[in-house]
Amino acid sequence: MVEEIMGCAIETGESEEMDIVLSSMWPEDMNEAGRQFNVERPGVDKDMLEEVTIKREPDIVDFERLMELASYTEKGNWQLANLVRNWEYKQENAVRLLREELDTLSRQQRQVELKKLEILEEHRFERDGYGGNKRPISILDENLKYLYQDAPRRKRDTVFQDEKISVDAEYDSMVYWKQHAMNLEKLLEASLRREQVLMGKLQESIEKLEKQSSPVEELSQVLNRADNFLHFVLQNAPVVIGHQDKELRYRFIFNHFPSLREEDIIGKTDVEIFTGSGVKESQDFKQEVLERGLPAKREITFETELFGSKTFLIYVEPVFSKAGETIGVNYMGMEVTDQVRKREKMAKIREEMAVQKAKETELNKTIHITEESMRAKEMLATMSHEIRSPLSGVVSMAEILSNTKLDKEQRQQVNVMMSSGDLVLRIINDILDLSKVESGVMKLEAAKFRPREVVKHVLQTAAASLQKLLTLEGNVADDVPVEVIGDVLRIRQILTNLVSNAIKFTREGTVGIKLYVVPEPHNLSKQKSWKAPADQSSDSANTRKDSSLSRSQRGNHGCHEGEGIGDKNELKNMLNDQERDGTPTKEDKASHSNPQESVVWIRCDVYDTGIGIPEHAIPTLFKKYTQAGADTARKYGGTGLGLAICKQLVELMGGQLTVSSVEDKGSTFMFILPYKVSAVSDSSDELSDMDNQEVSDDEDLHAGSFLFEPRTLGLLSSQSSGRIQKLSPITYGIDPTQNYDGLLEDSSSPSSSITCQEMSSEEDAYLAAMDTSSEVDVSLNQSLNSDNLDSAEKNEQTHRCSEISQPSVTQERCQTEAQTEGSSECSSRKSNEGQKAEVKPKILLVEDNKINVIVAKSMMKQLGHNIDIVNNGAEAVRAVQCKDYDLILMDVCMPVMNGLQATRLIRSFEETGSWDGAVKAGVELQLPPQHSSPKFQQEIPRKRTPIIAMTANALSESADDCFANGMDSFVSKPVNFQNLKQCLQQYIPD
Amino acid sequence: MEIVGQLQKQFVDFSTSLYGEGFLDEQYLQLQKLQDESNPDFVCEVVSLFFDDSEKLLNNLATALQQQVVDFKQVDAHVHQFKGSSSSIGAQRVKNMCVAFRNFCEEKNLDGCLRCLQQLNHEYFLVKNKLETLFRLERQIVEAGGTVPVIVA
Repeated sequence: MVEEIMGCAIETGESEEMDIVLSSMWPEDMNEAGRQFNVERPGVDKDMLEEVTIKREPDIVDFERLMELASYTEKGNWQLANLVRNWEYKQENAVRLLREELDTLSRQQRQVELKKLEILEEHRFERDGYGGNKRPISILDENLKYLYQDAPRRKRDTVFQDEKISVDAEYDSMVYWKQHAMNLEKLLEASLRREQVLMGKLQESIEKLEKQSSPVEELSQVLNRADNFLHFVLQNAPVVIGHQDKELRYRFIFNHFPSLREEDIIGKTDVEIFTGSGVKESQDFKQEVLERGLPAKREITFETELFGSKTFLIYVEPVFSKAGETIGVNYMGMEVTDQVRKREKMAKIREEMAVQKAKETELNKTIHITEESMRAKEMLATMSHEIRSPLSGVVSMAEILSNTKLDKEQRQQVNVMMSSGDLVLRIINDILDLSKVESGVMKLEAAKFRPREVVKHVLQTAAASLQKLLTLEGNVADDVPVEVIGDVLRIRQILTNLVSNAIKFTREGTVGIKLYVVPEPHNLSKQKSWKAPADQSSDSANTRKDSSLSRSQRGNHGCHEGEGIGDKNELKNMLNDQERDGTPTKEDKASHSNPQESVVWIRCDVYDTGIGIPEHAIPTLFKKYTQAGADTARKYGGTGLGLAICKQLVELMGGQLTVSSVEDKGSTFMFILPYKVSAVSDSSDELSDMDNQEVSDDEDLHAGSFLFEPRTLGLLSSQSSGRIQKLSPITYGIDPTQNYDGLLEDSSSPSSSITCQEMSSEEDAYLAAMDTSSEVDVSLNQSLNSDNLDSAEKNEQTHRCSEISQPSVTQERCQTEAQTEGSSECSSRKSNEGQKAEVKPKILLVEDNKINVIVAKSMMKQLGHNIDIVNNGAEAVRAVQCKDYDLILMDVCMPVMNGLQATRLIRSFEETGSWDGAVKAGVELQLPPQHSSPKFQQEIPRKRTPIIAMTANALSESADDCFANGMDSFVSKPVNFQNLKQCLQQYIPD
Repeated sequence: MEIVGQLQKQFVDFSTSLYGEGFLDEQYLQLQKLQDESNPDFVCEVVSLFFDDSEKLLNNLATALQQQVVDFKQVDAHVHQFKGSSSSIGAQRVKNMCVAFRNFCEEKNLDGCLRCLQQLNHEYFLVKNKLETLFRLERQIVEAGGTVPVIVA
């Protein structure tokens, strides 16, 4: 538009018109400062111009100027261009006019000269020829101004002064002509003078013009400069400035980095120029501004072929005509791609930060919750522990109470007390177990046990407390090894739990256990959870097994000498079976490096004919505190922990627990577990030895079926033996007077006499005299059976030992034997009973704290044991050197030598038969080792004495230390009846 | 007989408060179980022994903590002893104090140890007083011809 106008202005050449156009182009709000380039009124702005020209100091002026220019760049720029062109045009015009003037003057001069020549000619020919037509020309025009406002125009007011020539003389007379010639001469002279004056004026005028052109130049310089400034300012600015008309066709565009030529843009609209996203939007936006008549800003991202992806911040303002109609828009765009990118990046980062923060908060919350739950679990464990201790006090006291003289009613009450106490204790144990498993504290034992025994005992126990008419049956497949290695306590716990569950939910029918070998399941094959603890404790288990084996064999020999030959064969068969079926095949599967051990997977089904489990309840069945339904809980009671614990235990051992059930038909809980099987060393000698010794135990070793009919509640009918075995209650309140005479009788036998030498007190004697029988208690049976295989050497020893009549038998061995005998609680006497004597177990307490010593000693005394006491590890070593103990209770933290070191030394002695280690450790042995025992003890390692650690914190990690140093177990301090009793029951079975 | 009844009630109340306030725990009951006709003063004897032992230990601790260079191992050993004996007689609060004390020992925190010693002293004499009162009551009951009631926590 501007160009058009410019062109128009140039065409017309009318400055007046230009004036109008220009003034209309100024923005309405143009202030005075903005007008400094309004060169149309120089008078007004003369000072300004001067100021501009004078002020060469760039900093101040430039700054102001730049600011001002910057404020109005959009319009100022083309305005300036206009002005400059206008200026140039005017200048040209002035020069042209001057030139025309000059032409006129020179023409006049030429005329005058011509006239002069004419006159001269005339004068020459007829001097007074032309007098009348001589007209002086006045070319003087002092007022001629070549000024900008009134652009110089062709001056048509040139004055020719016609002078009348008056001659006084008579016409055509001589005088007249003379006069006439004279006049003419004068006129000519005057004319020449005027000409000269004129010339001078012309000169002057030219000079003046030249002089006057200097402000024009300066102004143009100023304008140039302003223009330069504008260009300077804009040269690197990513700015596009434009004007578009009503139809949004570009009429003007400024783009310092034009990618298109002007002719490609001018007269076209955005959409005609570009293609791509954003173009339409920008066009619409401009249209909107045009329609609304209000300036607006918007950020538009273009995606065009021409310049790729760029974001522009666009400012569009409407342009109004004088009439107030919008005639177009001014448009200014700035490229802000980087800023947008940065901004977006920032936004993104901020967003990420927010997310991060949120995550952090979440994490903190989780950590907090985890900590809380850990604390809660710990708390639960601690609480359970705390509750358990006093509760076990209550229960055990009730037990003690039940052993006193009570009338029938009292006994019933006490029984109720005991059973409720037991129940609470069981629940607490459950909770404790669960939290132990969950917090990873649970340790698994690895010991030999007999699955058949376990099944039998579980059923037996269940049958004993059965209050319904249910058939309990057990079936162990032949391929199940007689002995496996695992955590029998946990397995028994699982079985008991499942069986009692089954009984709980079964009104009539059968509850049973089925055991059979299954191939290794693939999904569980390489679980480490089971192997790690098993490996860890396998050392101690193995060593322990040695000692208990020899003991049990000795004991059994004494006990069961003379049992039937048929049993021998049975055992043989059994062992062969085991070799044939069990070990070799299992060895294929063995993943363990130890060639002596292989792994067998045994599946155990516990089935019932009970109410079954609704299908929808099965998924939640193994959750904590969950039962199949609220009704169930109300009807059957219970905490809902049992199955959760079972599952966790099974999984901890590397197995799997599943359930299948049909409602109203019954349920079957199945679990498969890996067990290690230890290979049998096959010496036939040994075999026969063992046959000799173990026949009575083994009578139902291979019996795979157990049946408990409803009528025989609490009684076992073992099909193989057909014998009814009574489950003896474990008691320790021994009547010392019982069979006191028996002891005296026994004492006369050779073995007993040796034994008695060691007895230090009467108490020992009478305790040893406790009535025993060959039918061993369940727990003993188990421990005996668990180690029926050993090295030939040991067996030989054992055999020797077992020959009671042999006088050369060692003191130690006889004691052991006697002790074992003594600990065997029997309900009836067998044929060989008279040959045995009982000695009470020798127990050593290693404890430095006097008060602890007194308390422990008193307790042990009440439990029927006299104990030896030493005050530190070194003394303990010496004590063990002098005397062979059956049980050592060892404090861990002691001065001089702690319990762990002492245990290590004792273990080292047991294994090597030498006290070198102790000597090295600085223990002063009281006697040379040879004197303390018969000479062959030097070559033969001693049996392994159970060493029980006494630690202040049963849950602490020091349990690991205890085991690692060769201790067998630990009791928590302060000792109380409960844990002492448990410990004695476990390690000194009686 | 009325006096006996009163004394017995007093004894029961006092004992109960001792358990309730945590001065004693079930271990003390275990001690009482060890007392029978053949050993009628067992608890009293053990507790006296505990008193002697404790006072020695407290002295040792005080001395040990006053050293220029405190041997925390030594201190810990004393506290360990104290903890053992106090837990053996069921002096629960003393035992708990010992547990805290040992933590400070482990940290080698002298300030904490000194603070603990002070509190330990306090707890010890508190429980000593309580136990002595308890024994006095017992004696009074016996002297008045009654039997000492059996407290079951």
